[in-house]
Amino acid sequence: MSILIDRNTRVMTQGITGKTGAFHTRLCREYANGRECFVAGVNPNKAGESFEGIPIYGSVREAREQTGATVSVIYVPPPFAASAIDEAADADLDLVICITEGVPVRDMIATRHRMRDGKTLLIGPNCPGIITPDEIKIGIMPGHIHKRGRVGVVSRSGTLTYEAVGQLGDIGQSTCVGIGGDPVNGLKHIDVMKMFNDDPGTDAVIMVGEIGGDDEETCARWIKDNMSKPVVGFIAGVTAPPGKRMGHAGAIISGGHGTAQEKLAVMEDCGIRVTRNPAEMGKMLRSVLHS
Amino acid sequence: MKVHEYQGKEILRRFGVATPRGIPCFSVAEADAAARSLGGPVWVVKAQIHAGGRGKGGGVKVARSPEDVHTHAQHILGMTLVTHQTGPAGRVVRRLLVEEGADIRKELYVGMVVDRASQRVTLMASSEGGMEIEEVAARSPDSIHKIAIDPSAGLRNAQAEEIARKIGVPEQSLAAARALLQALYRAFIECDASLVEINPLVITADGSVLALDAKLNFDSNALFRHPEIVALRDLDEEDPAEVEATRYELSYIALAGNIGCLVNGAGLAMATMDAIKLYGAEPANFLDVGGGATPQKVTQAFKLMLSNPAVKGILVNIFGGIMRCDTIAEGVIAAARGVDLRIPLVVRMKGTNEELGRQMLASSGLPIIAADDMAEAARKIVAAVAGK
Repeated sequence: MSILIDRNTRVMTQGITGKTGAFHTRLCREYANGRECFVAGVNPNKAGESFEGIPIYGSVREAREQTGATVSVIYVPPPFAASAIDEAADADLDLVICITEGVPVRDMIATRHRMRDGKTLLIGPNCPGIITPDEIKIGIMPGHIHKRGRVGVVSRSGTLTYEAVGQLGDIGQSTCVGIGGDPVNGLKHIDVMKMFNDDPGTDAVIMVGEIGGDDEETCARWIKDNMSKPVVGFIAGVTAPPGKRMGHAGAIISGGHGTAQEKLAVMEDCGIRVTRNPAEMGKMLRSVLHS
Repeated sequence: MKVHEYQGKEILRRFGVATPRGIPCFSVAEADAAARSLGGPVWVVKAQIHAGGRGKGGGVKVARSPEDVHTHAQHILGMTLVTHQTGPAGRVVRRLLVEEGADIRKELYVGMVVDRASQRVTLMASSEGGMEIEEVAARSPDSIHKIAIDPSAGLRNAQAEEIARKIGVPEQSLAAARALLQALYRAFIECDASLVEINPLVITADGSVLALDAKLNFDSNALFRHPEIVALRDLDEEDPAEVEATRYELSYIALAGNIGCLVNGAGLAMATMDAIKLYGAEPANFLDVGGGATPQKVTQAFKLMLSNPAVKGILVNIFGGIMRCDTIAEGVIAAARGVDLRIPLVVRMKGTNEELGRQMLASSGLPIIAADDMAEAARKIVAAVAGK
């Protein structure tokens, strides 16, 4: 089992003909069931053409109607990314995964407002995507480090998620979700945590956060009252100085809030097994599985 | 991106926000001319740096004659202003704002930020103006009022008036306060701001509502559509190494420690800094080389780290993923040779072609210490720098 996506998911790529979109669509198609999963591309200027055998449609709606794809992955450049999400949401897709980094916050505020009553879920922007190992990979993460199994991974960052997965070694994952490092985005830690809690294929969860905002605290409080599975946590940025944006737009300690220490303390209080050593996420997870 | 107070006020005035009349000055002579042109009887001479707390640090002075303006300008221009936001080194003042004085009856606070939870712009207002809002929030949180602004409706008349009343704007000034708040919101949205803070917002003796200060930050992701704001950038206010880094699409922030680190990805970069600290040393920087760690980029990154004389060792931590480790190794070797590296270098790489990459490092003839995982890498660089 898994959350959000599996081998039966059908995906369209918005921005399939761009350099990044083409490169990663190719890799995703080569991964596990990718040949069956990646069924459409969208580009209004190239409708009727195809990308290495994948048909390109002029709009998300048309791609959905023609192929039955209900999930979209977006690689279009930042100035156009929010409208691409809008288009996917207007076509009532189940899930949109926006990989694009650098989307203006104002655009995301408008887009999230438009999405408020719809059914479409959003992951990202500025995220690595999602993978259900040995079934489907949607995004830019390296497929080969993942292994099918029963641990859920949810994280705000990219390579740090790969690090966590790498540390799991032979302990496989049900699904790994990179929710992205932007301040205004789609699914938060808490949303993904609820799904893992409900997923019979997930036994434990690794939650990786970073400085800025209070999403991790909100999720921790929910875990305390509701979670039936063990959770291991790490927060990056104990050494980060206040007032400096640490790479991700959302990774900034402002007005004394959003520090790693604060988050770790709340998570610990809520019963999450936290480690302050980024090299020991895997070890900690192993210890909760075997206890 | 940050701008100076006088630039922020110029932007806000375009949206109809009332401010005192003022003139930016780069020299004492310009300050003298500004004092004459504004006329008296009271002027305020304000240091322009990208940091708050200027008043407490001695960077804001009231003048009651043109001679006073002259004396204050002479004193403030060129001074090193130390505030709680500048760090102990302080900031050299290169620009002034000379403004007409205001007859203040009430000092209030208003600010706007993007609230992550509601995913809206939030207006915050308080009757306690002129103080750090964080202090007010800690001491009397009930005095801070908030409205999450509906993106499709904007800040409605009734909302603006209600919050203005709550912070003690007198009835006769309500209309002006409402207009000012709505103008602030328009400015926030249309300029892609990430923060707008007016502290203090003042009510004057004649009932006018004026922005006495203005702090504006802008979303760097949106600067592509605001060349007029990019033009306001003052490189004197930024760390030269950080500015240099952006030219090569590197994300670099100088820190106080002595171990340089070069990492791909912001989260992993922070985690690597944390690991260095955990093993007993302090990181000298945050440095994210991003997705494409090409030899050119890695060489630039090495140069940046080594431009900091405090750096006594370097830790490279690359989770290659899709990137091949032999490509990364090639970059690291070229960079180490290119900069004639003479301090310890620990390299940890993970990804495809790991073994090949490691062989390349081992046979390079360079004194590179290899590490298998992040903990080992941090331990080894800390030990090497300590001379063990």
